[in-house]
Amino acid sequence: MTLLAVERIKLFTTRSPWWCMLLALFLTIGLTAVIAANWNNAPMPVLGAVYTHTFGLYVIMVMAALAVTTEYRFGTIKATFLAVPDRVSPLIAKAVVVALLAGLVGEAVGFGSWAASWLLADDNSQLALTTANDWRHVAGVGLVYAAGAVLALGVGALVRQTAGAVSIVLVFALVLESVVGLIPNIGDDIQKWMPFTVASKFIFGDPDASGMPDGAGPPVVGELSPWGSFGYFAAISLAVFIISLVVVKKRDA
Amino acid sequence: MIEATGLTKHYGATKAVEDLSFTVSPGRVTGFLGPNGAGKSTTMRMILGLDRPTSGTVLIDGKNYLDLHRPLDRVGALLDAKWVHPNRSARAHLQWLARSNGIPDRRVDEVLDLVGLTRVAKRRAGGFSLGMSQRLGIAGTLLGDPDVLLFDEPVNGLDPEGILWIRQFMHRLADEGRTVFVSSHLLSEMAQTAQDLIVIGRGRLIAQTSTRQFIEDAAEDTVKVRSPQLDRLRELLAEHGRVSESATDAALVVHGVEASAIGELAARHGITLHELSPQLGSLEEAFMQLTKESVEYHAHD
Ligand SMILES: Nc1ncnc2c1ncn2[C@@H]1O[C@H](COP(=O)(O)OP(=O)(O)O)[C@@H](O)[C@H]1O
Ligand SMILES: [Mg+2]
Repeated sequence: MTLLAVERIKLFTTRSPWWCMLLALFLTIGLTAVIAANWNNAPMPVLGAVYTHTFGLYVIMVMAALAVTTEYRFGTIKATFLAVPDRVSPLIAKAVVVALLAGLVGEAVGFGSWAASWLLADDNSQLALTTANDWRHVAGVGLVYAAGAVLALGVGALVRQTAGAVSIVLVFALVLESVVGLIPNIGDDIQKWMPFTVASKFIFGDPDASGMPDGAGPPVVGELSPWGSFGYFAAISLAVFIISLVVVKKRDA
Repeated sequence: MIEATGLTKHYGATKAVEDLSFTVSPGRVTGFLGPNGAGKSTTMRMILGLDRPTSGTVLIDGKNYLDLHRPLDRVGALLDAKWVHPNRSARAHLQWLARSNGIPDRRVDEVLDLVGLTRVAKRRAGGFSLGMSQRLGIAGTLLGDPDVLLFDEPVNGLDPEGILWIRQFMHRLADEGRTVFVSSHLLSEMAQTAQDLIVIGRGRLIAQTSTRQFIEDAAEDTVKVRSPQLDRLRELLAEHGRVSESATDAALVVHGVEASAIGELAARHGITLHELSPQLGSLEEAFMQLTKESVEYHAHD
């Protein structure tokens, strides 16, 4: 418990987490608001309200990576390891704090986007959260942000440099996952197991029937059910994080 | 008490520390002296469990640092005063450190006061001068009121006032019975700070003695001799000690033979002396002399 407090103090006594959280909120909700305000041919579906959640996800992952890479940059990670020599417990505490925060931001993004859509869309008859699937589309954003934050934290701890960690995360999520789809024959099979692709199935997958014509929504690929997809994404995040713990424990600080 | 046994650290092909054994006793300031690159920082990182020794062990009061629970209560270490987030206030920095070891918040204010930073406690540490950063670092080491303190080159880059403050502070800590281990690459600094010395060069132990003894040994007899029969004298003296030419005038510089012995030798052989003067070499020269071999070797790497 004390280590959770420590990581909380560390995170909130610097500025970058605040900027990242504000950016994630305003960028995502703002974009959704623009979409909703211009959605005037048909009733807006719940999926439309969370369509832009990935923008906030990337920002939150940058925040998570920064939470550990700035510690390496300024040497405070060494001060941390001097204070808590087992190394693993402060990193776990950091992961818990960052994941909780990312989850909160994700919920704020999900429900904030939904509320903005409700207010701004011409026809919000389809926006009411009536089924479990509706709730998953919106509340699921927090879970994806939390898992993504743990993933980025692991990458940050492995790479130790801000530029390196942020590029890896963003290039992977934004470029690599789409590019693998272009590989002949096997590309599609690889792509549907890529973590961010799978994670988006958790948000967008299996929507209830709405005013939206079939196939008009965001592309959804993958073999797993929506919740299975989340499990897959969370497992990958956790695996990367655990690998980073093992590496951090072994190597010279 | 710190005990190192056969401590060795290789970084790839670089042998940073090689079979180093020493002990650091409580109640005294022990200097850790060696030229740049000798392996002082590496040794300190190994003592503190930051770097894993290639072989050998080092124990603090009989325990491995990695096995200490809440280590700040036993060991305070300042390896680099820059290990602070620049946008965090001095107080916030100490607060998270204290919290991590279950040290009450009130102690943060106490140590801020001890090092004289109370007035700037709320300012961001990134704006601190080097002297203030060092004080903040020292405040961090004192949080848990530990018995063992380590400082890596704490006076580097400080102004004379800051140096004096740190020196007096260390003496106070040692007088309170604590183990104080402080590194430096300057013998002149250590001569004024440390009672005991552990001297290393190129990762290896050169000497572990009291500072006084070390300086006496280092500044071995050096005598300057002038004579009209310099060539004859050079031959005779070469049998007893090391003889070199004076760089500034026509004279010999003799190492390892006392002035009286040189005088007697000259008298016995009927050699006239125009000057016979014992030289008090600077400490720094003496130190360079002692670590020369290791430094030269190092330069070839
Ligand atoms: N992390 C590291 N990786 C590779 N070489 C290192 C590392 N740390 C120190 N060294 C090398 O080990 C030697 C000892 O360095 P160091 O312990 O910093 O010496 P000192 O503190 O006495 O100046 C130097 O040759 C240095 O270049
Ligand atoms: Mg050093």
